[in-house]
Amino acid sequence: MLYKVKIVVMPRKGILDPQGQAVAKALDTMDYKGINSVRIGKHLEMELEGENQQIVEETVKEMCEKLLANTVIEDYRFTIEEA
Amino acid sequence: MKFGVIVFPGSNCDLDAYHLVKDVLRKPVEYIWHQQNSLKGYDCLILPGGFSYGDYLRCGAIARFSPIMQEVVEFANRGGLVLGICNGFQILTEAGLLPGVLLRNQDLKFYCQFVHLKVENVNTPFTNFIEPQKILKIPIAHGDGNYYIDEKGLNSLLEKKQVIFRYATAEGVVSDEANPNGALFNIAGVISEKGNVLGMMPHPERAGETLLGSTDGLFIFQSLLNYLEKL
Repeated sequence: MLYKVKIVVMPRKGILDPQGQAVAKALDTMDYKGINSVRIGKHLEMELEGENQQIVEETVKEMCEKLLANTVIEDYRFTIEEA
Repeated sequence: MKFGVIVFPGSNCDLDAYHLVKDVLRKPVEYIWHQQNSLKGYDCLILPGGFSYGDYLRCGAIARFSPIMQEVVEFANRGGLVLGICNGFQILTEAGLLPGVLLRNQDLKFYCQFVHLKVENVNTPFTNFIEPQKILKIPIAHGDGNYYIDEKGLNSLLEKKQVIFRYATAEGVVSDEANPNGALFNIAGVISEKGNVLGMMPHPERAGETLLGSTDGLFIFQSLLNYLEKL
């Protein structure tokens, strides 16, 4: 079975995100007011073959823990659906 | 006594490190391609600076899964000396050989300049040749050198004297002004708990000849030679 996986990796709360801050400042300079914060993360899309959804879920979790996110500074979440 | 310089695709300070060991220290040194999977006969490994795998995903994240890194981890676990410089430091944190992580510089700028380092612990294989209170002048060249670790981790580092270098002024005052990248506690270099793995953002291999503006990097390499000769 083929699955579509969407993964979001975000800097953890409390971790400085200078890129997000710079973008927030730029938007403010453009006269977009009322921006409380901007955080920049990563969005990954993956097509993955797997026996069933549960196995795919376990595999993706492992991928995130091992490579896709650095859990010292980043959180991750993902969704899986049949392709 | 033999040095090895690990070469990843995208490493670019491998030549500098090799040159320093071969032509300045006059010790045997070999390049080790990242796809090799044997590390026999080496006394000290250098993970050089650069942009391994184009810094894709996160600095050092992909290099960490190169075949050679499995061997580097085992080498380190056996007590072998490993020096990670700049991108090498980033790879060592990703590989879990050193605690913490290197974030994007606080102001997002890439800095290529001399910094001054206060040496916090001279009782390590990498710093034993440095006089206490000596301030080292060594260049940095990075965009992601903003060291971060959680509070518990920092306390543990301090307790075990694992913070080795801190950004300071030429007079040795640790201050925000002397901190080029926003690193927590001005941390420029940390060592493993066992003391055989050092990671540092500044480039000691670029401060080994008068022509380059400083020879302070030699203190670190001389410490290594000292340590290895006494083994």
